[in-house]
Amino acid sequence: MSDKAGMSDGRDVWITGIGLISSLGEGLDAHWQAMAVDAPRIPAGETERFAPFPVLPMVPLELDKQIPRKADQRQMEPWQRLGTYAAGLALADAGLSGDLERLAHMDMIVAAGGGERDVDVDGQILAGLDRAAEPDAFLNERLANDLRPTLFLAQLSNLLAGNISIVHKVTGSSRTFMGEELAGISAVEIAARRIRAGQGDQFLVGAAYNAERKDMLLSLALGNTLWQGAVNAVWERANAGGGMVTGSLGVFLVLESREHAEARGKTAHAKLGPVLSGRSRREPGQAAAVARGQLDALRPALGDKPVGVLSGANGLGPATLEERALLEELVAEGIAGPIRASQSLIGNSLEAAFPAQIALAALALSRKGFYRPADPTGFELEAADVPTQILATSWGFWRGEGMALLEAID
Amino acid sequence: MGKTLGKTRDHLGRPVVAVTGMGVVTSLGQGIDDNWAALTSGKSGIHRITRFPVDHLRTTIAGTVDFLFDEAPRSAVLTEKLAELAAEEAIARAKIGTPGDFPGMLFMAVPPVELDWSVKRDLYESGDAETADPYDRMIESAQSLNNPDIYEYALYACVADKTADRFGTRGAPISLSTACASGATAIQLGVEAIRRGDTDAALCIGTDGSVQVESLIRFSLLSALSTANEDPETASRPFSKNRDGFVMAEGAGALVLEDYDAAVARGAEILAVIRGVGEQADDFHRTRSKPDGSPVIGAMRQALGDAGIGLDEVNYINAHGTSTPENDKMEALSLEAVFGEHVKAIPISSNKSMIGHTLTAAGAIEAVFSIQTIRSGVIPPTINHDIPDPSVSLDVVPNVAREAPVSMVLSNSFGFGGQNACLVIAAEPA
Repeated sequence: MSDKAGMSDGRDVWITGIGLISSLGEGLDAHWQAMAVDAPRIPAGETERFAPFPVLPMVPLELDKQIPRKADQRQMEPWQRLGTYAAGLALADAGLSGDLERLAHMDMIVAAGGGERDVDVDGQILAGLDRAAEPDAFLNERLANDLRPTLFLAQLSNLLAGNISIVHKVTGSSRTFMGEELAGISAVEIAARRIRAGQGDQFLVGAAYNAERKDMLLSLALGNTLWQGAVNAVWERANAGGGMVTGSLGVFLVLESREHAEARGKTAHAKLGPVLSGRSRREPGQAAAVARGQLDALRPALGDKPVGVLSGANGLGPATLEERALLEELVAEGIAGPIRASQSLIGNSLEAAFPAQIALAALALSRKGFYRPADPTGFELEAADVPTQILATSWGFWRGEGMALLEAID
Repeated sequence: MGKTLGKTRDHLGRPVVAVTGMGVVTSLGQGIDDNWAALTSGKSGIHRITRFPVDHLRTTIAGTVDFLFDEAPRSAVLTEKLAELAAEEAIARAKIGTPGDFPGMLFMAVPPVELDWSVKRDLYESGDAETADPYDRMIESAQSLNNPDIYEYALYACVADKTADRFGTRGAPISLSTACASGATAIQLGVEAIRRGDTDAALCIGTDGSVQVESLIRFSLLSALSTANEDPETASRPFSKNRDGFVMAEGAGALVLEDYDAAVARGAEILAVIRGVGEQADDFHRTRSKPDGSPVIGAMRQALGDAGIGLDEVNYINAHGTSTPENDKMEALSLEAVFGEHVKAIPISSNKSMIGHTLTAAGAIEAVFSIQTIRSGVIPPTINHDIPDPSVSLDVVPNVAREAPVSMVLSNSFGFGGQNACLVIAAEPA
């Protein structure tokens, strides 16, 4: 989001901790198994509860493992529990759980939606309003009587960060960015920029999205953005009218300066190279032009051989087709190697989508492999080589274009 | 990073961050001049709520901004309009860029977005009565509505995106929320971006037009709001013994921040310098501060340390001062811990006594007023201070504005979720 080039000078940024939970499972091993070892299966998803929209629900979690106090669990709504849980996994993975001295100086950037509502209360009020003699007075009375004070705290966007501070004792600076995919892009980008510039040594960055919510589906339905019918690969969907499938997901990353990690004897999953955000008004060709500009900016950091691309395409018609055309050009130009679209398997998790892309790219680099194709259209080809770099993209369903380059550590 | 121009550096060798433009809207009016005239004459902008019926509500007063729209606007629409007006004033003052082409980044504190009840009601009413589930019924209407305006204003990125379009800011806009510290956080992010050379200029905005019946009730259920409804103008009583909660309010504040040397090079008037920023999260409770005040104390000390100044250099404190029993007690205790006995010699006032608590916008609005305090040499009072709290031994500039030279301000902002952010704002020269 800078208006200046030169995004990758300064200190190295290492990814030393990852917490990832989704419809595919809990933790890095589960995701590697489902996406790289087993033949990936396009999930059936939950098709009844939120019909006509399929949704990819979170796997069952033992919340006590990362949120030990029931009182804390009760003070949160699902999206906050997912995030707080994933944050705990990331800190554990980084070897920082309970390290109060370091946690007190850890900075946090959370990308968040919020506004999780009590849909039962809303429904009762709406039904009652229809019949009320004085609707406005009725609305006031019902809200005053039926809203739960704790729910308000679940509706505040910054209360995921607040809960992470309380449960995991991360108490440096705490910023919450809002605004769908772009919030997640900016969160990763600004944390990386701050580390490179010496404005902090260790960051906890991430997001959570609870897809199992009719209030969010309502907002997304206003834009007719949602896919109806059986879940399929994003490339297939884009050719058939397009639409996105949302998926529950929690993801946090521990980003650290290389010096800081090495000083505590910690190696990394991967190195986070340039992270770039951009925006366009999504007239035809504009998003691809932004992405082209981003590629030009990070080209000095690209190696000689074609780079594997983890695309954040969400299946919505024009944007996914535009990204596919761009990627086909890049393959033809010898810049891009094998392409993978993670959302075919885990759905779109809005604010969490880009941090999840970073997590999955880092995971593949650390396991010295790439994910298996999950695409009946034949666009995703088998990977021949062990990747040393992976390019991750995320184009928001409405606005915002992000790109990052990750590199293997050794 | 791309920093080449400047030679002016702060005590840590970083580029200096200047303020070259500012603008404000509150319930007291639009623009710095009107606001300042009201603030320095001790006038309150708090009034009875007329935007929606107040039946069954424990609190019926607020500092809403009612002079911009004839009919009650949706929250996000009002929030955007407030920001637009404050930013226009700030950019005009800074004389930077050309209309629609601001040469820098946008950091924007906006309230979390939800569909207004008016929208939900319309969707429900236009839906199929045969559909049993109310949300399914609204979703059916939503899909056939095809209204980009309703859709886009339900998105969290919308207000900042439209603002970025309007002013032509560079890069991807940041929408942020750190509850009632948001306005200060927007400024912090701008300061950090300029210090690391990402940009020469930043437009930092805090805006909030979210006084709606549900938001009011939510704060009411947390027992956070004053119920002194009989006499609205006296309801906000920061640091008084009889304070009983904050008064929700609306407004926006905008600052143009610039690399000091870049600003000087283009001949801009330097209004002030953001000398230091500090922040420390609290891990104690979702709505209450750690009893020993250590995170608040830590945030203030960090800001002073970041500014590289001694305690005796601060000659005015713009308090968070919400008028809740909890905040004002904690803030006073923490100020005493940081400044010791010397705190009694520093004037401290709360703008919220007059404009109420502008929530997401507060940190930005109060930064604007802090700068105006420096520039005018007049400290706005803490009004409604008739019954001092004996446990608070601060000079709160009670009731009447005071002329005093001010060159260094500490501005505090604290929010639910353990958010504590402090700014040190200094007179020019750096």
